[in-house]
Amino acid sequence: MDFDLFIDSCLVIGILTLACLCLATKNLFTAIILFVSLGLLVTIAWVRLNAPDLAIAEAAIGAGLTGALLLATWRQLRVEPANNDADTPNKSGDENVPNP
Amino acid sequence: MFQTPEFQDNNHADELPVVSKILCAIAVGILSLGLIVVLMVTDNPPSSLPALVQGQLTQSGVQNPVTAVLLNFRSYDTLLEIAVLLIVAVAMLPNSQDSRLVSVVTNAQVNPVLEAVLRWLIPMIIVMAGYLLWTGASLPGGAFQSGALLASAGVLVQLSGRLQFCFTSTIAKLLLTIGLITFMIVGVGVATTTGVILQYPTQLAAPLILLIESAATLSIAAILLLLYNSLATQTVDISSASAKQPSTSNKSPAPNETLQSTTGEPAS
Repeated sequence: MDFDLFIDSCLVIGILTLACLCLATKNLFTAIILFVSLGLLVTIAWVRLNAPDLAIAEAAIGAGLTGALLLATWRQLRVEPANNDADTPNKSGDENVPNP
Repeated sequence: MFQTPEFQDNNHADELPVVSKILCAIAVGILSLGLIVVLMVTDNPPSSLPALVQGQLTQSGVQNPVTAVLLNFRSYDTLLEIAVLLIVAVAMLPNSQDSRLVSVVTNAQVNPVLEAVLRWLIPMIIVMAGYLLWTGASLPGGAFQSGALLASAGVLVQLSGRLQFCFTSTIAKLLLTIGLITFMIVGVGVATTTGVILQYPTQLAAPLILLIESAATLSIAAILLLLYNSLATQTVDISSASAKQPSTSNKSPAPNETLQSTTGEPAS
């Protein structure tokens, strides 16, 4: 009983922390990775709640395929500005470029 | 045509000030705490639905109560879910003219390690998807889970770089729609014997549910793979399109520059 309570409280704290980090982080890639990890923890939470159907669906769709879709979108967003050679230095250090 | 929104990794020019963020957090926190308290205070009567489902389980044709609810008692919801997925797929259909579902990419940069692993992994994933589909009748599993597994196999195949999927071919369109078509044909067909749409006869319920689930698995896998496919391959289209039209590619970064200069101004 105590062990169950310990696991469950760890899950709750972990899920809440991951959700806050996922929202608060500035880097899109980090946010995607945090979202996938959040999905995996939620999968364990569904298992703890005796809902294995939802756990399988969450692991396959929520953590797996959504992560793949988000990463594909992220790559597309990254590639787009890099087409123009004049814009690539702006991306790394935009504060250094003086405003005309 | 459509303007693609300009997202940046560090595009926080129009974000809220810290005070309003904290106020928002406090408001949302109070609201959710209040909801939790209300949920704990009210003694909601025990629902009679689980007992009802368990009582009718022998008539549903399957032993898993989740599958019985999804595919038999509330099959109208599942039918609409598959229709919604199909609408998403239609919205995401790529604009290409290829007439073959799978085409081999010549002179592709193939990762040999990934390809060697996939030779072992893909058959296992397909078998696992079939198992999940079959076991959905008695244990956790079902069409959505096995469709997602099949789609992940397709994503892995596309990641290896050797094969390229094209979802405007005839076979692909058939795969995308077969779930909804089968579901509707079965739903209307059983109405001729039972009189009610989507109410299966008790003897035929098990094979009909398996038929619907198999077709839905194929459709769900195709739709999910189409989502990844169109997201992952549009990169090439955009870069080639912007290379063809230099005027638009020069115009599109202009909002970026203004945004970046406005974000840079307070710092400098």
